[in-house]
Amino acid sequence: MAIAILIAALAGATLALFFQPRWWFPEAISAHARAYDAHFLVTLCVIGCIFVFAQGLLAWVIFRYRDRGQAVTGSDGNNTLEIAWTSATAVIFLGLALAGQGIWAGVHLEGSDPRALKVEVLAKQFAWSYRYAGADGAFGRVDVKQIDDAGGNSFGIDAKDPKGKDDLTAAVLRVPVGRPVELHLKSRDVIHNFFVRELRLKQDVVPGMTIPLRFTATKTGTYEVPCSELCGLGHHQMRSSLVVMTEEDYAAWLAEAQQKVVLP
Amino acid sequence: MTLFSTDHKVIGKQYIGLALFSVFLGMLLSLVMRFHLVHPDTKVRLFQMLWPEGAPGGQMTPELYLSLMTMHGTIMVFFVLTTAPQSGFGNYFLPLQIGAHDMAFPVLNMLSFWTTALSLGTLLLAFVVEGGAPLSGWTAYPPLSGLGKITGPGQGLGQDLWILSIALFCVASLMGAINIIVTVIELRAPGMGYFDMPLTCWGWFVTALISLFAFAVLLPGGVLLLLDRVAGTSFFIPGGLIVNDQVQGRSGGSPLLFQHLFWFFGHPEVYIAILPGMGVISTVLSVFSGKKVFGYKAMTVAMLAIGGLGFVVWGHHMFISGMSPYSSIAFSVLTMAVGVPSAVKTFNWLATLWGGRLRFTAAMHYALGFVSLFITGGITGLVLGQPGLDIYFHDTYFVVAHFHLIMGVAAVFAIWAALHYWFPKMYGRFLNERLGKIHFFLTFVGVYAVFVPLHFAGFVGNPRRYPDFKEYEFLKSVTGLHMGVTHAAYFLAAVQLIFLFNYFWSKRRGAVAPGNPWGATTREWTDD
Ligand code: HEM
Ligand SMILES: [Cu+2]
Ligand SMILES: [Cu+2]
Repeated sequence: MAIAILIAALAGATLALFFQPRWWFPEAISAHARAYDAHFLVTLCVIGCIFVFAQGLLAWVIFRYRDRGQAVTGSDGNNTLEIAWTSATAVIFLGLALAGQGIWAGVHLEGSDPRALKVEVLAKQFAWSYRYAGADGAFGRVDVKQIDDAGGNSFGIDAKDPKGKDDLTAAVLRVPVGRPVELHLKSRDVIHNFFVRELRLKQDVVPGMTIPLRFTATKTGTYEVPCSELCGLGHHQMRSSLVVMTEEDYAAWLAEAQQKVVLP
Repeated sequence: MTLFSTDHKVIGKQYIGLALFSVFLGMLLSLVMRFHLVHPDTKVRLFQMLWPEGAPGGQMTPELYLSLMTMHGTIMVFFVLTTAPQSGFGNYFLPLQIGAHDMAFPVLNMLSFWTTALSLGTLLLAFVVEGGAPLSGWTAYPPLSGLGKITGPGQGLGQDLWILSIALFCVASLMGAINIIVTVIELRAPGMGYFDMPLTCWGWFVTALISLFAFAVLLPGGVLLLLDRVAGTSFFIPGGLIVNDQVQGRSGGSPLLFQHLFWFFGHPEVYIAILPGMGVISTVLSVFSGKKVFGYKAMTVAMLAIGGLGFVVWGHHMFISGMSPYSSIAFSVLTMAVGVPSAVKTFNWLATLWGGRLRFTAAMHYALGFVSLFITGGITGLVLGQPGLDIYFHDTYFVVAHFHLIMGVAAVFAIWAALHYWFPKMYGRFLNERLGKIHFFLTFVGVYAVFVPLHFAGFVGNPRRYPDFKEYEFLKSVTGLHMGVTHAAYFLAAVQLIFLFNYFWSKRRGAVAPGNPWGATTREWTDD
């Protein structure tokens, strides 16, 4: 009896929390992020209905059939019912699975865009660095032996490769608004994770692999990048930023930074 | 009661005792973590006394937080949820319910308990060795876990002991699984067919089958990881690594391979934790509704379906791991499919209540609470099972909320239901019903208060496995939320004293129980 009321109350309180605006997704800043939010809302409505229906039914059954000395009437099996609720849940669950494939495909199954700005991302315990190809549009060779974090060559760009002469490394990821970006994620030591909440994108960065990640940001601003795969004692401080700039600001920054490239 | 008894009842109680010790230890560790999350800069003398290396001057280091987290998760998953429902209650009641005198292999049974105890001892040893306990989480992904001290304190001897402990645990679980499987196949009373067994026996039987295949994969996974650490092999370590400015001379290994092996065990593991509980819940709901279980056949088929499908969904833990995006699609469809038999079980529980005459004993309270928690924790699986949506939530507090509710708390509620229901059989006395109900109500409110808000930290994007949230601007918004959760956790822990008191007091002083106090029809109550 009391438990029926309590289940209803806790379910109600849980539901109510979903209507507070305070703890929610941050603003979406790409077409993918907006598609993500839309599909999430669909999923949330479906599971919200299941939640209310199931908890409500549970509370009601407890209340309705509490011991008042009544005779036991219910049956102990019914194949029609079993088939009905099995197929109903199968349709809903698999329907959700299929409906959600679009946003997954949008991130991971689309081919590379030739116009995309390519940036290499290097993770190590506990910092991020980024490499731009420079004016020639080609990344120079890297050589493990030439890695020099203090000297600004975390990637180990090979001084002997002319393609690498104009390569630019930075501690913050800057991209122009509206331009497709393709990141190539690499790790030097353990597994890390590149997460931009506003883009609704998250990808493990695995040593030994180069993993592509594509997005097109549609709003300028500075967005935090928290490492999201346990990588050691500095995991919670492995922070970086994504700065989405107007085309002009980006071009100005690039020109200035390019000037400062010291050849290793 | 001798220490090395081969009597299944004694061994069952030993397992339950071990789980009881572990669950309180795990809970104490979680309180220390919850405290640190909201007071990261407060110095605590006690911390310094307990962990002189990890908390110099009482100031907890990040590595200490992470090692507490690793130990908490490992203790809870292995020594509580894998131990009490299956090995504890299974040992005690499976033979009684199928009319066998004991388990098929009593000596093996004794050995599996003592191997489990040795495994726990090995794990706890990690706290006191140089560098302390490992910080790589209960999932221990390499290369973090595969390269030794260079990746962090605790990654030396502590991580070795952790792997050794898990390997011992695998051996113990394999022995236990074989015992239960053979017992069910060979020792059913004459005339008792498979489909005459109570659902509890089905739960233990299917769980034993799952354990056999799951632990048989975790064990070699652990051995290979240990070889990478101590023998310089490269099963999981790729070439060209530079850790802490030192070039690692390894090549050819794959970090993802370990994740496949781990989750091939890890996902079925959540069913190992919950299936015996599902059997118990079916029984308790039926007895206290005065009805047979609704859809007995459907319930057994659902368990078998969960057991089978459970082995082909492990990839949902790896959607963002860098594995092929095409396999994510297959894993997501299979994952949503394994949700169906779980939903079917819920419907059958509701139908079992329907038309009954419900007696609200303490055991019945926990069983009803289980159903509610199973729903709340289960539906968020429909979010995480979609790779597109998992992108955002993976490794955030949303996942922490999801798995605590469905795997942690729901399974613990099933343990409480089982204890209250079977205590009279085990000790000849009742657990105090009134204290049981008070404990239920306070705990039920407590777990909702602790774990529901954590979903919202997940919406904000709050990563898990962070010792504090000071570094990020966007995490300022969840300070209050975490403060509330921490206080709810204090409350939740405090009310567990009621249970502890009830357990020890009732063992000696509880009301004496008659032979079949609940009017049940299964053999453990009716045979004598
Ligand atoms: C008193 C109730 C509990 C509280 C307050 C609690 C709290 C916590 C906290 C604070 C974390 C660390 C989260 C992070 O930093 O990412 C955690 C992790 C975890 N907990 Fe609990 N917990 C409780 C009960 C349980 C139970 C019953 C289980 C059984 C399944 C469990 C299993 C785990 C696991 C597997 C982890 C993950 C550890 C890892 O990330 O490697 N917890 N818990
Ligand atoms: Cu990290
Ligand atoms: Cu899983």
